Amino acid sequence: MGAYLARRLATLPLLLLGISCVSFALLNLAPGDPAEIVLRQRNPGQTPSPAEVVAMREELGLNSSLPVQYVRWVSQALTGDLGQSYVTELPVAAQLTRRSVPTLLLTVSALTLAFLVAVPAGILSAQRRGSALDAVARLAALVGAAAPSYALAYGLIILFAVQLSLLPALGYGSPAQVVLPAIALSLGPMAQLMRLIRASMLETLGEDYIRTARAKGLPEQTVALRHTLRNALLPAIGATGVNLGYLLSGAVIVETIFTWPGLGQLMVGAVLTRDYPVVQGFVTYIAVVVLLVNLAADFALRVADPRLRFERVEV
Amino acid sequence: MAVEIKRGNDLSEIKTAKAVISGGRKRRRWAALLREPGTALGLFLVVSLLLAGLLAPWLPLDNPTKINLPERLLPPSTEHFLGTDHLGRDTFSRVVHGARMTLLAAAATLALSMTIALTVGIMSGYHGGWPDTALMALVDLLLAFPSLILALAVAGALGPGLFNVLLAAGAVWWVGHARIIRGVTLGARQMEYVTAARAAGAGHMRIILRHITPNILGPIIVIASLDVGWIILGIAGLNFLGLGAQPPTPEWGAMLNDARQHLQTAPRLILIPGVAIFLAVLGFNLLGDGLRDLLDPRTGRSGS
Repeated sequence: MGAYLARRLATLPLLLLGISCVSFALLNLAPGDPAEIVLRQRNPGQTPSPAEVVAMREELGLNSSLPVQYVRWVSQALTGDLGQSYVTELPVAAQLTRRSVPTLLLTVSALTLAFLVAVPAGILSAQRRGSALDAVARLAALVGAAAPSYALAYGLIILFAVQLSLLPALGYGSPAQVVLPAIALSLGPMAQLMRLIRASMLETLGEDYIRTARAKGLPEQTVALRHTLRNALLPAIGATGVNLGYLLSGAVIVETIFTWPGLGQLMVGAVLTRDYPVVQGFVTYIAVVVLLVNLAADFALRVADPRLRFERVEV
Repeated sequence: MAVEIKRGNDLSEIKTAKAVISGGRKRRRWAALLREPGTALGLFLVVSLLLAGLLAPWLPLDNPTKINLPERLLPPSTEHFLGTDHLGRDTFSRVVHGARMTLLAAAATLALSMTIALTVGIMSGYHGGWPDTALMALVDLLLAFPSLILALAVAGALGPGLFNVLLAAGAVWWVGHARIIRGVTLGARQMEYVTAARAAGAGHMRIILRHITPNILGPIIVIASLDVGWIILGIAGLNFLGLGAQPPTPEWGAMLNDARQHLQTAPRLILIPGVAIFLAVLGFNLLGDGLRDLLDPRTGRSGS
């Protein structure tokens, strides 16, 4: 266990180095001169003069060679400085921190909702395999997986905000405003979780220790909840760690629709205005978060499930 | 050399014989695929989408980009089956032409990402050694970047436009597949027929093309068919965010984006492309599930 953790942690600096390279390359992939883009952003409608462009190139440090720029960017990033937005001139790191709170709130609400629905649905569906209930649950999972979150989000807005006037459609601040975006974001992961829990419940129900538990005369619900679910939940939790990136991708779209002031909205705005430092900072930040969460999830699973510790580990 | 040719002939004869024997069984398996209601529905949706996409320019439809302001935001009628949009364009025609865009975009992205995934995966799995280590380290690294977010960043860097979105999606989508293809290649490489081919003097390219690729085709088809749905969702999402297809292109994601301002007055303009995307994705997912059950008996039948 310790050796495994040590080996994973040893590769971490290498992965972080790689992430910084990819993020840096992204910015330099962009056609056009960043200095010109900045000037056009700050003085809309005007064509910047060559002298202004030269001065801006100097100010942004674009005259150094790429390796020098890369080293400068990484050393600044290590001190928590991700540069300034081209558009607002605000520090990128501070914006990312501030915007993380709404995104965290949204994703945690969506995940909670997904688990609250998917766990009971998955259990019932597995227990009554082949029943009408199972068929409905599986159909719902298929539909949930295929429904585009953006269309779904508008469907929710049209139904609950426009037609029924039950819930606010847009904005951030009150608890009621979380409801619609959280539902829109949760359906994809919910469908996936339900299928996963159903499949792992079915697999676990065939294990010897379940037969033993039944043979002891335990009531079926005790068998299901105490013995089966505990084992069936583990892969679900692991998959949630792995699918964090997928959830965050969904958040980008859902936040844009609901004008939710989180990371996703920041990213889309930055992409559309070619605010490269923000895009670069966001991509780096998300990759680091995904990497660390996956590592933590993997490690937690090994603590929770001793069987995994004996599996041959591929690093 | 002569020995090799002769051996090749023998093998192909055996193959033909086997195909004759198993032909009936195979046909029954394909028929079983259609008896599954989900798969049949999936096939129906996919075929409808393909027909709409292929035939769109020849169907008796209004010009999908012709602006006709006096007829803007009309409700559904006999003349305009699904009504008109904010510029008076026929919504039904735009949805049908949108199928064409969606299919073209999905096919291009799939071709690009599969080419990269196959090259990387087969090279990694077949060659092994340091290229394998290096390529898989790259895959691990790229897996830390959520694909839609990476595609968004790449598309943003390249600038708006459908072509750039396809390039961006193809460039990020291969990552997970490369790893699966590497795994199945590793398995195929250790088979006796590969050792036999090598002993017979076959070169690496020949072994890869004639012996490895045909034997990993099953998993590749399954990955590809399960993937189309995700690609359609992802590309329509990028278009929805305003990065890809620019007006007046009839594309479902872009149509959704256009309809946002008319949420209150004409919610149908949002629901129609939304349902179109949903049905297309559902169709490919159902068909992909069915194909997986058919081609990959190990994981198959998990549901029923």
